[in-house]
Amino acid sequence: VSAHPPTPPRSHAPEHASTGTYLKIAAVLCVVTALEFAVIYIRQLTPILTPLLIVMSVGKFALVVMYFMHLRYDARPLTLLFVAPLVLAIGIALALMTLPGDFLLFRR
Amino acid sequence: LSIRSIEPAVAVGGGHGHPSLQYHFDTLEQQKEASTLGMWLFLVTEIMFFGGLFTTYIVYRSSWPREFMAASSTLDWKLGAFNTAVLILSSLTMALSIWAAQVNRRKQVVLYLVATMILGLVFLGVKAVEYADKFEHHHVPGPEFVWSEGAHAEPLEGPQSEAPPLEDDFAKHVQVFFSLYFIMTGLHAVHMICGIGVLAFLLVPSWKGRYNSAYHNPLECTGLYWHFVDIVWIVIFTVVYLIP
Repeated sequence: VSAHPPTPPRSHAPEHASTGTYLKIAAVLCVVTALEFAVIYIRQLTPILTPLLIVMSVGKFALVVMYFMHLRYDARPLTLLFVAPLVLAIGIALALMTLPGDFLLFRR
Repeated sequence: LSIRSIEPAVAVGGGHGHPSLQYHFDTLEQQKEASTLGMWLFLVTEIMFFGGLFTTYIVYRSSWPREFMAASSTLDWKLGAFNTAVLILSSLTMALSIWAAQVNRRKQVVLYLVATMILGLVFLGVKAVEYADKFEHHHVPGPEFVWSEGAHAEPLEGPQSEAPPLEDDFAKHVQVFFSLYFIMTGLHAVHMICGIGVLAFLLVPSWKGRYNSAYHNPLECTGLYWHFVDIVWIVIFTVVYLIP
């Protein structure tokens, strides 16, 4: 057995996004974070603030999972493996929100 | 299992090809698929773990919206936003370290790993500043807890606006918010510390050039974990810091 790893092959098929895509995704994520910060100060958006923040958060979540965690490029079963319990967890949370008798998430 | 697969001579890789190929796999590709699937299964258990915490928070927030609104307003969302940007950048450097391994750039692998660790430490430092502020204002649940701000949250519309809670109850419910705040952010910080530890563990083999285009499973799996910790924070930031 050799003490050193063998010389790696020079060419290898890309499995993930390119570095350019990574940089763009990181920039978009930072911009959305800044928007989340900004909308809090816009009084006209107060009635829809909570759903707006949730939509932006879900967008950021999806971008990280699709590109940084490269689910977009991986086999479908892995996506199913990740999304199924996520849907289950969200469903349970929504169902339990009815416990107090009011559905208050979107109300201020 | 075949008899060949349990022979001691091939027990520590290298028996049939690449030195990093473990004895119970036939090819590096098969090994990579198995480890990736295992990592995703682990992340599924993490979803259920953090899912329980988020559910608890949401249920209590639905029950006591005034108290949670008042308590949430004491959090510094500027620091939260800064930490979100720091974690996003750390996810970028983590992804770039994997890319560097794929294109056989050994020094860049190490450089990006170190950058990821530094950004992780910056996140923890900011978190420590936030925690120090909570201790200073006696907002840590327990016998020393003090809620001097009073029940002054904005009035709500609908049934929740009726019968304002007593001052004592208000403080108790605010304490529940801070309990959940410390549990959620604390467990997230523990995950960050574990991630930084694993990154430190990967530095030496990275420097030795063990991770390259042919083999970089440990980097891939650590990257998945690190990005998952990032998305957990993205949700915490929105749910705990931003939603009024």
